[in-house]
Amino acid sequence: MAVTGILLVLFLIVHMLGNLKIFTGETSFDHYAHWLRDIGTPLLPHTWYLWIQRTVLTVAVVAHIVAATVLARRARAARPVKYAHRKKVRGSYAARTMRWGGVIILLFVIYHILDLTTGHLNPQGDASNPYGNVVADFAPERWYVTLFYTLAIVTVGFHLRHGAFSAFRSLGQQTPRGERRARAGALVLAVALCAGYLVVPFAVLTGLVS
Amino acid sequence: MNLTLRIWRQKGPEDKGRMVTYPVDDVSPDMSFLEMLDVLNERLILAGEDPVAFDHDCREGICGMCGLMINGDAHGPQRGTTACQLHMRQFTDGETIDIEPWRASAFPVIKDLVVNRGAFDKIIAAGGYITAPTGSAPEAHSTPVAKANADAAFESAACIGCGACVAACPNGSGMLFTAAKLTQLSLLPQGQPERYTRVIGMVDAHDEAGFGGCTNAGECTPACPKGIPLNTIGRLNRDYLAATTKGAGNTPGA
Repeated sequence: MAVTGILLVLFLIVHMLGNLKIFTGETSFDHYAHWLRDIGTPLLPHTWYLWIQRTVLTVAVVAHIVAATVLARRARAARPVKYAHRKKVRGSYAARTMRWGGVIILLFVIYHILDLTTGHLNPQGDASNPYGNVVADFAPERWYVTLFYTLAIVTVGFHLRHGAFSAFRSLGQQTPRGERRARAGALVLAVALCAGYLVVPFAVLTGLVS
Repeated sequence: MNLTLRIWRQKGPEDKGRMVTYPVDDVSPDMSFLEMLDVLNERLILAGEDPVAFDHDCREGICGMCGLMINGDAHGPQRGTTACQLHMRQFTDGETIDIEPWRASAFPVIKDLVVNRGAFDKIIAAGGYITAPTGSAPEAHSTPVAKANADAAFESAACIGCGACVAACPNGSGMLFTAAKLTQLSLLPQGQPERYTRVIGMVDAHDEAGFGGCTNAGECTPACPKGIPLNTIGRLNRDYLAATTKGAGNTPGA
């Protein structure tokens, strides 16, 4: 879980930084989006790097889900008779929403790819103009799309808050002081990524980017 | 105090079991939780009914025998306290209290509130010891131990093996117990020779016993009557990683 999760978090950071290029203008953003398809050229043919990265990420996502499923099935088998009286869980809200949160994130990722990668669910869907796709996507009259994105990103934030701390712990973080640092670091990472991702749709919604 | 108890009654391992309601009157707030159950049982015996079976031994909070899920809290609402050291003043007059056994497939119910915690013994048998000639106690100063290590090892050694960590864990994992029993040895010089075979053996025994996997949910430490810290599991993880990368080649014959 930890290793695949770290791979996915690294991708999330780079993806967020790429998104923020929308504030540098249409030409710059579109140039960046097209450059993504040319990374590694001329050593690699056009879009090859992108497909390598997509393969690695897909393997990481599948391995992450397989590991989570194994843990969930073991947890279910370990407690066949439920408690009649179960207290609200004392750990963090993030920790107890990991499994359903993960399912929501998976559904969001599928929608997100159909929306802004393939363009099937995008009102514009023009692969040559990603800037226009983003602006059309988060237009004020499509507020429900922005709402869904916001919910999904906040879910990602909660997932990361527990996930990042848990990854440090799984990889051997062992002191009380380190635990406080790992928890603080996970919170900062979650908030920073949430803010970085949400600023784009809200900039379009408020007309800052058009 | 007048209380209403809803207690899990199960005649034996094969019985399906159910929650049964018992009113208990005239409970003193100074009684311990187990004394309150004793009062109920005396009345049940006088009425010719089967008394409620529950585990207990020292009633001083150090043996680890008692273990009840009280209103969904392992060992009840007071932190750092075993059920035997919990007093009725923690509850209010007229309250309904739900009492259930630990719920885990590795801890099958024997009767009513008594569960078989033999799975913990299997984890200990898989490595929770050191192989050393015993005899009279050695001179304490002959093996120097850093104070910080001694303190952390002592923190782990406080584990009484009651099973509250498993009962509270949303995954039914016994990782806090396993980590406590492991790190009390791996922090001390006497535990070094078998350090890496121990961690593999104990984690394997834990998984084979049918406990769930740890997801660092953090439910165990608040439930632990001895307050074993959550980072103990990090020490186990680090040893496990070291053992799986180094292999088990540091023990003769392994």
